[in-house]
Amino acid sequence: MKTLFKRPESLTDVATHYCPGCTHGIAHRLIAEVIDELGLRERTVGIAPVGCSVLAFNYFNMDFQQAAHGRAPALATGIKRARPDLICFTYQGDGDLASIGMAEIIHAANRGEKFTVVFINNAVYGMTGGQMAPTTMPGQVTTTSPKGRDVNDVGYPIRMCELLASLRTPGFIERVAVHTPQQVVKTRRILKTAFELQRDNKCFTFVEVLSTCPTNWGMTPFDATKWLQEHMVPYYPLQNFKKFEDEESTKPQASSSKPEGGTNAG
Amino acid sequence: MEKVLMKGNEAIAESAIRAGGLVYFCYPLTPQSEVAEYLARRMPEVGGAYLQAESEVAVANMVYGAAGAGARAWTTSSSPGISLMMEGISYIAGSELPAVFVNIVRAGPGLGGILPSQGDYFQAVKGGGHGDYRCLVLAPSSVQEAVDMMPLAFDRADRYRNPVMVVGDGMIGQMMEPVEFKEWNFPPLPPKDWATTGAKGRKPNIVNSLYLNPAIEEELNVRLAAKYEKMRREEVRFEEYNTDKPYRVLLVAYGTTARICKTAIAQLAAQGITAALLRPISLFPFPDAKVLELGRKAEFLLSVEMSMGQMVEDVHSAMGHEKPVHFFGRSGGIVPSPEEVVTAVKARLEGGKS
Repeated sequence: MKTLFKRPESLTDVATHYCPGCTHGIAHRLIAEVIDELGLRERTVGIAPVGCSVLAFNYFNMDFQQAAHGRAPALATGIKRARPDLICFTYQGDGDLASIGMAEIIHAANRGEKFTVVFINNAVYGMTGGQMAPTTMPGQVTTTSPKGRDVNDVGYPIRMCELLASLRTPGFIERVAVHTPQQVVKTRRILKTAFELQRDNKCFTFVEVLSTCPTNWGMTPFDATKWLQEHMVPYYPLQNFKKFEDEESTKPQASSSKPEGGTNAG
Repeated sequence: MEKVLMKGNEAIAESAIRAGGLVYFCYPLTPQSEVAEYLARRMPEVGGAYLQAESEVAVANMVYGAAGAGARAWTTSSSPGISLMMEGISYIAGSELPAVFVNIVRAGPGLGGILPSQGDYFQAVKGGGHGDYRCLVLAPSSVQEAVDMMPLAFDRADRYRNPVMVVGDGMIGQMMEPVEFKEWNFPPLPPKDWATTGAKGRKPNIVNSLYLNPAIEEELNVRLAAKYEKMRREEVRFEEYNTDKPYRVLLVAYGTTARICKTAIAQLAAQGITAALLRPISLFPFPDAKVLELGRKAEFLLSVEMSMGQMVEDVHSAMGHEKPVHFFGRSGGIVPSPEEVVTAVKARLEGGKS
């Protein structure tokens, strides 16, 4: 009999603590499927962040390290520099990556560290109970922006893909989502590309996944997917920002010691 | 092996490489940047990993990641940078990982100054970062001793699966002395079967310090406490100087300050005042029993430090009320002179007060 659907070997056989309708589960499964498909499980180290996915090490069936808030890229850097033969990915939320961990992600990207970042953007701090994040939408009500995010007071949400794409070094940057079946299929393909590029020691790879948080958004799971489509997607366009194609475009030219002008080759 | 003349910082770097400390992350900060400069050249020659990070916060977390993957990872910094590393050090202690941190201490608090100090004693020996943990803390008083300490630091870090901190004041980092790199033979270490090296043919290894169940968190705390007790039994290190003959005064000093005290002891002897020195080499575990044993033979004890009085609290604690414990220190980056120590001793002999 042909098996059509089973739990990926890269996931453990336990129920997660994630809320109903939360898209962490989909993202976990897609990563696990890709790692299975590429046969990387036995040499992969995942990095769990601080946030809702702090316990990701219980759900992935592979070696894991748990990072301090925002420091996952530093841990991954340490691991890959010490053991370039390992495959390493960080799994980080928006508070973790875009707020407290901004320095770590920018510099890891700019060094072209050969690991994969899965950035879960759900526009809110989830685990601590729905506070405003750097990615919270203008006007979006959270527990710490009770009248809605006031962009005159705290600025506009940070678009991480666009920010990182302004750097010359990082090789692969794409924003995806998992709120429709089509997007789920596409996200799996993009994650596979990212892990393949890492496996082949090509470049820093960054995949932002727009996600829902029905609990902290105060919506049903279905309404949350609609809200994501209507409010987040226009501001956070689902597209590729950097494709790894030309090796020369991401490598500094060793012969030149002068500051370079000109176009961003990415 | 013949001796070579080396600056303390460079000697520490070379010794660490020879001890297998082949994964090094850093951030420039005076007075220890020579370690990074030396290793930027040297690490590629020996096939090690060298990286200048974006901050000391990142450095400590890179050390955490690399140590978790089984590497002999280490870093060096100075006081303000060590403060930034405290997050990572706490996680390393909580996750029971081996790592070596060298603090070439400068004057503080705040940005302070770049001159030698021993003002980070509290931070080093009392935990420093958040949570219920300790580092094994070693304090060299010469470049040679710093060189000898690096292999020991790596070995003990691995053996205890705990951060080890080597605390040298700016003098140790900056001065040049002849050094010899010795061969060390430590007993075999257990395999790092907990490291995240890929779950091939085994269950996943998890490097983690999160325990939401208080009973399990307490288990960790109890396990760590047992580790520190073992250190107290087996890792106390000190040097006695002039204690083989009767003395009126026991000086207690570590690092560079201890060397100054030895000169002061000679000057005191010339003036007919007998004094001895106890030099703690391990700051944690602190040589409490030795302080008590040697202190009992003196009229009083004088803790001499480049601070406004930090180690003196541990000397007090060890001595209890049996003998007076006094303090003399210079701070701000000022190194006390032997003459000042002599004056401080004589003032207490005559005045009987601190």
